[in-house]
Amino acid sequence: MKISRSGAPAALALVGALTLTACGGQQAGSDSAAGTAGAGAALSGTISSDGSSTVGPLTSAAAELFMTENTGVNITVGTSGTGGGFKKFCEGQTQVSNASRPIKDEEKAACDAKGIEYQEIVVANDALTVVANKDNGFLTCLTVEELKTLWEPAATGKVTTWNQVDPSFPSDDITLYGPGTDSGTFDYFTDEINGEEGASRTDYEPSEDDNVIVQGVSGDKNALGYFGFTYFEENADALKAIEVDSGKGCVAPSSETARDGSYAPLSRPLFIYIDKKAYASNAALKEFIGFYVENEAKVAEAARYIPLSEEQKKTAQDELTALG
Amino acid sequence: MAAVTAETPSATRPLTAAVHGDRSMTSLAFLVVLWLCLAFGILVLAVLIVNTFLEGRERIDTTLFTNYTSQITPETAGARAAILGSAWVIGTTALLAIPIGVAAAAYLEEFASRKSRFAHFVELNVQNLAAVPAIIYGMLAAAAVVAIGIPRNTVIAGGIALALLILPVVIVATREALRAVPQEIRQASLALGATPMQTLQRQTLPAAVPGIATGTILALSRAIGEAAPLLLLGGLVFVKFDPNGLLSGFTTMPIQIFDWASRSQAAFQQVAAAASILLLFLVIGLNGVAIVIRNRYTTLR
Repeated sequence: MKISRSGAPAALALVGALTLTACGGQQAGSDSAAGTAGAGAALSGTISSDGSSTVGPLTSAAAELFMTENTGVNITVGTSGTGGGFKKFCEGQTQVSNASRPIKDEEKAACDAKGIEYQEIVVANDALTVVANKDNGFLTCLTVEELKTLWEPAATGKVTTWNQVDPSFPSDDITLYGPGTDSGTFDYFTDEINGEEGASRTDYEPSEDDNVIVQGVSGDKNALGYFGFTYFEENADALKAIEVDSGKGCVAPSSETARDGSYAPLSRPLFIYIDKKAYASNAALKEFIGFYVENEAKVAEAARYIPLSEEQKKTAQDELTALG
Repeated sequence: MAAVTAETPSATRPLTAAVHGDRSMTSLAFLVVLWLCLAFGILVLAVLIVNTFLEGRERIDTTLFTNYTSQITPETAGARAAILGSAWVIGTTALLAIPIGVAAAAYLEEFASRKSRFAHFVELNVQNLAAVPAIIYGMLAAAAVVAIGIPRNTVIAGGIALALLILPVVIVATREALRAVPQEIRQASLALGATPMQTLQRQTLPAAVPGIATGTILALSRAIGEAAPLLLLGGLVFVKFDPNGLLSGFTTMPIQIFDWASRSQAAFQQVAAAASILLLFLVIGLNGVAIVIRNRYTTLR
């Protein structure tokens, strides 16, 4: 039975090594939501946030900037999606919920049931951008109706060539790329264009990864897709943004047109929701949110979003002042 | 002992023999198809690895290990929190799955009567569980930890999810290992007056340890690359501190890679590729350990 003795230490060593590595971590703040701050003393505490993967980078950027100044504070960000984020927020597991759309009635009810009061704050702007291939000659501007013809559920299997959208377009086949149904971007686009959230044609190439949409559209002359403005900015050399006409003429997506709302209906505000009770009791949270709004321009730039207008920023600051 | 443990020569003929033995066109064509299938699989893997390596090679440096992720400067983002998070979660997984898995397998193999309905039921479940998609384990663990009052996005919740995921594999591997222990060893032990429990503890289980270790390490190397169940539990993507306990929030390497890869900036793509390579080497390393243990075992036998 000699053999048996040789294997056991090896297995034990592996488990031991894993455990040792695990214990090697430096100590960090406690996981509780409580924060403490003496007068003039360094802030400490933990803030957890979850929610939209669209807004996640904003809160991450704000957290990173804040933590370089306040090293005692730990802020974490998860990206379970806007809906998933509200679920945790209304269970009291997070103090900040990132959302790419306003809270829904059933989510409100869930928060009410747990006695969670919240404050909505607009932290940046996003513009959904409809993109086509750089070499596409006929697409420059689409009306909301034309977008609806392209994307509505009834188009599934029926609207397959471009001349069905506009007779002046060539009869080439349409290839469509878009975000998957879990994405806030999908909810927003379908709501604004097709008139019903979640209503979309189903025979398009869906992807949760916007880079896949970029690759798809940049590789096919007759393709069309949509996603957040930042992805377009990053890939402006391979793609072309389609102007959108909502009845007041063609408007190209840009920081200006998104902020003043003229890039309608596809520009949208991005939100964070703050737990009011935590805001009152957790000094670190209060400082962080104040910092977030104060530095929104820097934050939006780091996360590649469109900063708030003067007016939006003032509203956000007033809302925070009202919280006390 | 040698006579007992000697391997019976394998009855199956190696495929290469088809060239010399069976010269019919059909068997040759089949051989070619098989080789093409193999070549295709390896080619895709090679392209993927080379591609990832080219994209991530500039970011494979010490900052990958020492820095936390960064939204402001993705060029210096590192996987420190993810590496330590993976170590914590996998450590927890191992501590949960190995004792339970080995005990379950020992029961089924050594104690349960072949006619026992309960044992049959457990066995059926183990076999079914092995085929359940990973994300279902995430949902199961989410429901389970919330029911016992543990927040979902904690190291212990992640460990429970992954332990459930690999439990069937550990049980099956352990049973195989126990079955490979010659019956004579048990009989000799019992004949010398040992109780069945003593036989298991002092003879059967120690003899099976190499097999158990191999199976368990392979299972753990699967768990280390798993993202879906942990994403469902709410694994974090932005953590700038080391995990510090079972109730700490965490991120793991697959989650962090998934998040980086979905970002628009090219610098995030690079660090995602670099972290993928690191994960790849980690898995290869674990599998290597398993192979070494297995080889030692076979040669000594």
